Amino acid sequence: MTQIGGAAWVFGDGVDTDVMAPGLYFKASMDVMARHCMEAIDPEFAARIVPGDIVVAGRNFGVGSAREQAPMALQHLGVGAILAESYGRIFYRNALNFGIPTLVFPQAGEIAAGDRLCIDPLAGRIENRTQARTYTVAGLPEHLLAMIAAGGLMPYLKQRIAARGAS
Amino acid sequence: MSRNDGAPNWLRRMPTGYHIAQKIIARAAGRDAVMPGEIVTCSVDLALLLDSGGPRRIWPRLIELGVGVWDPDKIVVVTDHFTPAVDAESAAILKLTRDFVREFAIPRFFDMQGIGHVVLAENGLVQPGMFACGGDSHSSNGGAFGCYMAGFGAIEMTGVVVTGEIWLQVPRAVRVNWSGAFGAGVAAKDVMLLLCRELGIDNAHHVIEFGGDTVAAMSMNERTTLTNMAAELGAETGIVEPDETTLAAIRAAGQEPAADALRWRSDADADYAAVHAFDAAALAPQVAAPHSPANSGPVDSFADVPVDQAYIGACVGAKLSDLRMAAAVLRGRRVAAGTRLMVAPASQRVIREATADGTLQTLVDAGAYLLPTGCGACAALGAGILAEDEVCISSTNRNFRGRMGANSASVYLGSPYTVAASAVAGRIADPREMLSQEPGSDPA
Repeated sequence: MTQIGGAAWVFGDGVDTDVMAPGLYFKASMDVMARHCMEAIDPEFAARIVPGDIVVAGRNFGVGSAREQAPMALQHLGVGAILAESYGRIFYRNALNFGIPTLVFPQAGEIAAGDRLCIDPLAGRIENRTQARTYTVAGLPEHLLAMIAAGGLMPYLKQRIAARGAS
Repeated sequence: MSRNDGAPNWLRRMPTGYHIAQKIIARAAGRDAVMPGEIVTCSVDLALLLDSGGPRRIWPRLIELGVGVWDPDKIVVVTDHFTPAVDAESAAILKLTRDFVREFAIPRFFDMQGIGHVVLAENGLVQPGMFACGGDSHSSNGGAFGCYMAGFGAIEMTGVVVTGEIWLQVPRAVRVNWSGAFGAGVAAKDVMLLLCRELGIDNAHHVIEFGGDTVAAMSMNERTTLTNMAAELGAETGIVEPDETTLAAIRAAGQEPAADALRWRSDADADYAAVHAFDAAALAPQVAAPHSPANSGPVDSFADVPVDQAYIGACVGAKLSDLRMAAAVLRGRRVAAGTRLMVAPASQRVIREATADGTLQTLVDAGAYLLPTGCGACAALGAGILAEDEVCISSTNRNFRGRMGANSASVYLGSPYTVAASAVAGRIADPREMLSQEPGSDPA
């Protein structure tokens, strides 16, 4: 997994999955759903995010439902990585299963909206180029590295199934 | 009130006992014992797939992978989020779900029978010692039966359906003991709204174990209210140690629990991250204000908030016991002019039983508007969605912004007692006042 760079979109504590993927758009395409991602708390987000941008948040990011459309909507909009102080448990697993670099970042509160960030998710290195500060955090979970290296759960399952077939 | 174990590891006495979730995880991982923090792979005894995050999202992935399901006998499929079909999209989702069941010959399919978590309980399909996964966050509901059951996303459930396995970091346990009897008009829902405030809603890496004589005296319906809302606590899941009440409910559902089902208990010297003790007799009805279940307080702190809609529905809030709570308040009373009370019973069985015992008659006599069984307005999927700026008090489990419809709508959470009392008053109201008065004597 290579380095990821982009502008920071900063959110507070307890951003729930309902605001990332509102139930009203469950039956719509991901294109439509993603347009409403975060709408309830930041109506500009979906329209203005640039691929590679990084979501920075406080505690319990992705609290709530099991809906995988929450990380999918962020990924569809081009979110390059997620950095939060802590995560809702299902959201965290979902995000990694889609191959989104998702790091626990205790100093998330020091990042300002629009700061240029550069991240090496495997090494757990977060560079804030705007503030000229570098942080080292825990990298991606070791037991998931093979899955993340494959690009997420689906490509990883493909590898495992192919290996099973070959043996 | 609490014993928080803040001692450094080297000072802590080595625990010799295990908590119930730890024992079930060890069994499912094929190990003698597991310790909190360890990463393990568990064999899944039961996978619950719902129409929302189930076949519609998993089947295309199975096709992409070129594989089928690992064991159709361990899969249960339920339609509940998009029932009944109201447009071409929901009809197609339900049809796809039925086609999936046929394609993979899944024997246990509950089509339009009720909300999955409730249907599992009604059919005795969650049993002590099981390790189960569900494609919905409120899968923790099943933990009331002494099993380890947690919710996961559809992408992860795809992995479960293909491999029959899932990875887990063994959680620490938080023990929550309740003692004493509830006063009139107080229920398990109030316990959970209080706990969302007291324990917070970010308890990842922890399993919440509910116990004490209050819990021992609860029906299985009320116990599932506790474990259901362990999801709101942000916990890995919730669990209640099984007892004779558990076994009786499983037998009443026509299933036979394992002979050693009651061996699934926590050891007396189990290692808890924290132990909390609460007094049920001192608990007042609780209400959570928008837009978080943690934003809760005693009902009187929200008195006089006018409500447009009172909603009784969802896996957590429309079981037979919940409808009876509402009926106890509504008997001989009428819903206030300008307020609508909507009731979506949690299952077809709840409708049958509430018809037989007169509960539904009481509700409709009071002016309740009956809705089909299903997840409905709780997740803005079915009938009862809120318009801009409307205020709703709801027996459901979440009140996030936009959860039940418009982003500017306000959702307050309460017990079925409190929702019913608020429907009668037209504003958030304390059910204890109505329960202590003869119908007709109240000023409303």
